Amino acid sequence: MPTKTPYSWPDAPERKLIGTRVSRVDGPVKAAGKAKYTYDQHPAGMIYARMLGCPYAHARVTAIDTSAAEKIPGVRAVHIIQKSGTEIFWVGDEIVAVAADTEPIVDQALKAIKVQYEVLPHLVSDHEPPKDIAVATGPASLDDLREMLENQAPDNEVIKYVTNEGITFQPTEEMLKSMAGFGVAQPVINAIRNAPQKPAVEKPPSFYKRSAAQTEGEPDAAFKQPDVVTAEGVYGASVIAHCCMETHGTVCEWPDKDHVNVFVSTQNVSGIAPQMTGPLGITADKIHVHQSHIGGGFGSKFGPDRWGIVNAELARKAGKPVRLMLDRDRELEVAGARPSAYARVRVAAQKDGTLVAWDSHGWGTGGPGGGGAPPLPYVFQIPNKRTQYTAITNHIGPARAWRAPNHPQAAIITMGALDDLAAALNMDPLDFFLKNIDMTGPRSASYAEEFKIADDLMGWKKTWRPRKANAAEKSTIKRGLGLSLHTWGGRGHNSDCDLTIHPDGAVEIKLGTQDLGTGTRTTILMVASDTLGIPMSQIMLYIGDNKYPPSGTSGGSTTIGGVSSSTRRASVDARAGLLEKVAPALQAKPEELEIVDGTIRVKATPSRSMSWKQACQRIGPVPLTFRGKNPDRTKLPDLTTGGVAGVQMADVSVDTETGIVRVNKMVAVQDCGLIIDLKTAEAQVIGALTMGISYSLYEEKIYDPTTGRMLNPNMQFYRLAGIGDIPELVVHMMTGKGYDERGVIGLGEPPVISPGAAIANAVTNALGIRIGTIPLTPDRVLAALRG
Amino acid sequence: MSDEDRNLQDENSSNSGLSRRTFLKLGAATAAVPVVVGPKMLDIGGKDVPVYGPGKVPVSLNINGKKFSAELEPGVTLLDALRDHFDLTGAKRVCDRGECGACTVLLDGRAVYACQVLAIDAQGKQITSVESLVLQEGVGANEEPVSPEGWKLHPIQQAFVDNDAQQCGFCTPGFVMASKALLDKNPHPTPEQVIHGLSGNYCRCGTYKGLKAALAEVAGKRGA
Repeated sequence: MPTKTPYSWPDAPERKLIGTRVSRVDGPVKAAGKAKYTYDQHPAGMIYARMLGCPYAHARVTAIDTSAAEKIPGVRAVHIIQKSGTEIFWVGDEIVAVAADTEPIVDQALKAIKVQYEVLPHLVSDHEPPKDIAVATGPASLDDLREMLENQAPDNEVIKYVTNEGITFQPTEEMLKSMAGFGVAQPVINAIRNAPQKPAVEKPPSFYKRSAAQTEGEPDAAFKQPDVVTAEGVYGASVIAHCCMETHGTVCEWPDKDHVNVFVSTQNVSGIAPQMTGPLGITADKIHVHQSHIGGGFGSKFGPDRWGIVNAELARKAGKPVRLMLDRDRELEVAGARPSAYARVRVAAQKDGTLVAWDSHGWGTGGPGGGGAPPLPYVFQIPNKRTQYTAITNHIGPARAWRAPNHPQAAIITMGALDDLAAALNMDPLDFFLKNIDMTGPRSASYAEEFKIADDLMGWKKTWRPRKANAAEKSTIKRGLGLSLHTWGGRGHNSDCDLTIHPDGAVEIKLGTQDLGTGTRTTILMVASDTLGIPMSQIMLYIGDNKYPPSGTSGGSTTIGGVSSSTRRASVDARAGLLEKVAPALQAKPEELEIVDGTIRVKATPSRSMSWKQACQRIGPVPLTFRGKNPDRTKLPDLTTGGVAGVQMADVSVDTETGIVRVNKMVAVQDCGLIIDLKTAEAQVIGALTMGISYSLYEEKIYDPTTGRMLNPNMQFYRLAGIGDIPELVVHMMTGKGYDERGVIGLGEPPVISPGAAIANAVTNALGIRIGTIPLTPDRVLAALRG
Repeated sequence: MSDEDRNLQDENSSNSGLSRRTFLKLGAATAAVPVVVGPKMLDIGGKDVPVYGPGKVPVSLNINGKKFSAELEPGVTLLDALRDHFDLTGAKRVCDRGECGACTVLLDGRAVYACQVLAIDAQGKQITSVESLVLQEGVGANEEPVSPEGWKLHPIQQAFVDNDAQQCGFCTPGFVMASKALLDKNPHPTPEQVIHGLSGNYCRCGTYKGLKAALAEVAGKRGA
């Protein structure tokens, strides 16, 4: 355990709010309908914009004529986004944007724009690639590298590739710095810097990019051992959408020709301006980014996006504020997708259940950028393994980080295969997982502890039955249980926090962060309140503005660790600064003072005291401001760490006549270090289970192979789980000894990883048949039952 | 009220005899009509229907007990009128085609999708939007900082806060209004009736568990 310093998280007896259940502070304004989101912004004189999308999945623009549109009364700006000659790779990719006084005029203008295309062949399927594809080799171009990074290729793979194969470009320091700014790990940057530079090799065009097989141990020999039991199968997850309730977009206005105000729906308030400076030709200080509330992001809202830049241009041309929010169909087509991933897996164990070997060949697509290779086998470090992956580059539109990129797919593939192996061994999967729990690495003790709790909450041991017994039930409705486990990092991101105490006693905190509805505001105030000894209501918190101290992107479960840590350090310093000012008046040393419920008093003689307000008058005429930072090696200890364990169990019923799957109950047991707000932490897990049921049973982006168009870009046929689809959800958060001292760790990703695997395994347990691909829609269930 | 009920309600309540969907289909017919202010009667499919426009027409709406007037294109939905003309942005534009419930408001006490009602058709009716439920606005209405201080909320809204029935909050106003419509009609719904009443609304963050708890709490507090 790290040495205690004033910055250390307080021990349990000293916490008043941290670890308790506090209602989110933005709850009232949201429930009241008064929270202003980006979509709700309406500066005086605002006009409206939309974009014309390409109707083809693959085409080249050959001519654009906007002259008729420009003559329509009420049209204020027309902006060509992609010029004639440009190759287009997905339906809906933006060609021209129009801003006009009303939306009907915008639509009329879009209809009047003539774009001609040369239609090119497309691919929208993600079926298993042919066997005879050559492994991709040759030095990586900047585009190749961008592709790898955008698809969250594992760091060690990128390092290995550029080190062995080289790169085709000269990496400048500026380029590397910008990569670091986008979160590329330092070892990867070092590898790129040191990679051998080679001339580009002409690569034949192909939809498929097969990486070299990765081998550890001796998988072939291990499979051939005499006493091993082997299971085989194909497992995977289809492409799904983020489907944020608030679509992507901005409202932009230029108060003068040099400055632009950007209201943007984003997970990255502090990081938007740097991405707009180049395209707009103005410096970052002249781009003012605002956002109080965001209607969902889930990993899809990190940049201004092309349409954000376009909207700023429209507003500049029109000389008026312009709103450009995507319509629902465009949101589902182009504004985010989770890559598909499938794998043909062979896995083996000794007769006692000890895992010995894994062999998988995976494939999947994330559209034009290929797919992200899920980490296989997931969590379990099986000693002998071979994995290979083929990314399919097709024309379904770009992927974006979807909560816990690559992990849900990895869980579905791995836990499905392990569940089938347990069945082949005639073992209860819970016993089988526990038998191999040491292979889960440093958090193995947590997994074991969590499985014990989950077993109690689900009644697993009491009710679990083998597949055969469930499938043999006379009823047409079969019932089954399934389980899964998962991990994630979740260390806090870089965050700066300014805390100001004013001479009149007012306290304000500023961070350029954002609250995605995860409870960020609430947790910042809880930390500050516990540290300063004054109520949350006395502290004014300002976020959502890039003029405040920068905080990182809310992606990868990094926000809570970042903002809680920077707020803690700012608050500790502010408390010390104030006590130093008032100590002489209380005839004590600063360290002899404490602040309890807004009263500053001498610990030994509490009657010697003064109120917060009186104390602040001692500050003098100028307010005191303190900057807290995460990370900060000068103010140890580290207040945030990474690496969590979570387990989930699902109980399902499957109607074998209709193919409809219903989840009866889900149990989630999750650790995330020191929990700040138990209420919003539980809400994250409940929300993740709900979203998990949704993607396990209903969600899929369906493409028409003939036209290359998405067939369900709406909320009627891109089906989300509704209130009637959600069963009893039981959440248990691991807290106390062994967990609290790890510091704060993020929670947005972990609990959304396992639902697909747990539900798919439960359906298999009910039917005695494996349905490899989620979502487990009635057609897939019925097809599997018919064999 | 379920999705289906609401669509029926929408069809039945249109005093022009036109739903938004039919209106959109009639685009070609209306374009041929000369500029008029106020409705002109046209025989469409053997039925006399008033036809507004083209061009802006004066529209007067009774929203939350107050009169709101504007010159609007006849094709403007009640949702867009509320949001873009009267700055009542509680109802959200999410799907804009009657699929998600985020724009739910009450029309003469019944829940409707505001994106499926034309503003001209909402004239003469009592429109209730989420903004009317708040008893007293507190810190954070419209801008930073945001705080629970000073707010006095309708019991339904308070139950949403207490039971954490919201995360990003974008669907919340729709759920509040769907809940109000349900509880006004049926103060003590069973859990099944709650599910039916809120099945016309979607939430992406996954707050249904909190929503069920919130409605159970409100129903419980109302006494037998």
